[in-house]
Amino acid sequence: MFVVNNNIVEILKNKLQEHFGSDVSSFEIIKDIPTFTITKNRIVELLRFLHKDKELQFQFLTTLCGMHFPDSDQQFGVVYHLHSFKNNLRIRIKSFTSGNNPEFPSATGIFKAANWMEREAYDFFGIKFSCHPNLKRILNMEDIDFFPMRKDYPLEDQTREDKNDKMFGR
Amino acid sequence: MENLEEDISKYIDPADIAHEEHKEFITLNLGPTHPATHGVFQNILTMDGEFIDHTEQTIGYIHRAFEKIAEHRPFYQITPLLDRMNYCSSPINNMGWHMTVEKLLDIQLPKRVEYLRIIVMELARISDHLICNSVIGVDSGALTGFVYLFEKREEIYEIYEEICGTRLTTNMGRVGGFERNFSDLAWVKIKKFLKEFPVVLKEFESLLLRNRIFMNRTIGVGPIEANKALNYGFAGPNLRAAGVDYDVRVMNPYSSYEDFDFDIPVGTQGDTYDRFTVRGEEMWQSLRIIQQAIEKIEKMDDKTIFQADYPSVVLPKKEKVYNNMEALIYHFKIVMGEIDAPKGEIYHCVEGGNGELGYYLVSDGGRTPYRLHFRRPCFIYYQAFPEMIKGSMLSDAILTMSSMNVIAGELDA
Repeated sequence: MFVVNNNIVEILKNKLQEHFGSDVSSFEIIKDIPTFTITKNRIVELLRFLHKDKELQFQFLTTLCGMHFPDSDQQFGVVYHLHSFKNNLRIRIKSFTSGNNPEFPSATGIFKAANWMEREAYDFFGIKFSCHPNLKRILNMEDIDFFPMRKDYPLEDQTREDKNDKMFGR
Repeated sequence: MENLEEDISKYIDPADIAHEEHKEFITLNLGPTHPATHGVFQNILTMDGEFIDHTEQTIGYIHRAFEKIAEHRPFYQITPLLDRMNYCSSPINNMGWHMTVEKLLDIQLPKRVEYLRIIVMELARISDHLICNSVIGVDSGALTGFVYLFEKREEIYEIYEEICGTRLTTNMGRVGGFERNFSDLAWVKIKKFLKEFPVVLKEFESLLLRNRIFMNRTIGVGPIEANKALNYGFAGPNLRAAGVDYDVRVMNPYSSYEDFDFDIPVGTQGDTYDRFTVRGEEMWQSLRIIQQAIEKIEKMDDKTIFQADYPSVVLPKKEKVYNNMEALIYHFKIVMGEIDAPKGEIYHCVEGGNGELGYYLVSDGGRTPYRLHFRRPCFIYYQAFPEMIKGSMLSDAILTMSSMNVIAGELDA
């Protein structure tokens, strides 16, 4: 379990409320990681603030990944995990958007690590990242026209001919 | 002197001067099937003579859809997918995943099980580093060390085989502990390895560590400074070689690593030589940890514990399954994933062979994860490769790549 230093969490919470007001919401500690949601147009500003702040110093982007909730109003999400070595604190930041053409601002200006992670999120979920230097598919072929990690894309095609049991005398 | 340009033009045609400034680049494909690329990925190098000017990377269309498959499988059946990520140290991947599920289910493990896990994970780390370091030797032209060390990797695989029956894609771990207890022969083999490996490792180091050719080929090659490495998301030996003492085992201990006494080796330059020495030193530290774990386990009274006692989650012992109806039912229910997990979000990470290996699991209360994302260290730091080799020679790029220990299975998910 990660150690949660309540003093730092309190400082973090106060600073976020001061700078981002109501744009930061649903602040809670899930298991061992403080988690909150931010509106998507302020995500880069938030990441830069957390990165530059002398007291917090969240300089390590641990992961970035896409999410898909087809039944929700806010269908698409991006989840960032940051780690502050100075305070040994991990946080989780979530941001959501709706619509068929999801787009988030790119974090590559702050973390170079975000480059391929954002390409992966684009490849799997079709989430676009504005101002990304090279937003193209990374693990799949460029000419496919679907996004395989979306919930509405099936794991495999159930009507495939080679799955026909007649072929095997059953 | 006033008419210097005019004077020069008497001797040199201005068109020739322009021609000299014009650079002619050559495109060179390094990979996807080059023996030194360590996997199916391609680097399209733009060469300015012998020097690399620009690199375009593709990591190959090897998408195996692990995350998608994981969303359709019960927690138990996700384990085999993880073996295939960093296949040089698969037990670490497996046990990291089991710890994630245990964290979700709030399961506490007995100390003996945690120490057993540490022994296996450190053996896996040794085998991972051992391959990487010996391959650095091969890529610099020294095959001897590779052949010499592979015998020891074989011994580690024999230990795995003795514990669970398999070698590369190990299936020894379970949620809540192990499938079975370590056999007596397994302990004999571990102790034999502990006794013999230091001799071989020392000899290997004496072959390369102060070897003038090796030093010339690696010192100052493919360097990356600490700030840049952090920004690129480096972790593990590659980050430590750059001088940042970040180790998940120390900063966020798991599986009782806090009970052990070991050092974090740190480099200064972040070059190929530092990455080599950091990995080498880590193998010594791993041996230290295994030694301590064995001592701790031997002091314990009960030598039979290898699982946590949570019948609804942890697979019952095989003898019980064969002779007890209730155990059979539990076995069936657990294997078929009929036990729902609680709702929640978990991020758990372990110190893998290449750095922080993380699992982000979102559970909606069903029998399968709603979303599972793997933080694969190779995928994250390999994107720094073009910057690390810019301006260096082709032969240096080969060594930089092998010292980064990029495993193709971990690029994919």
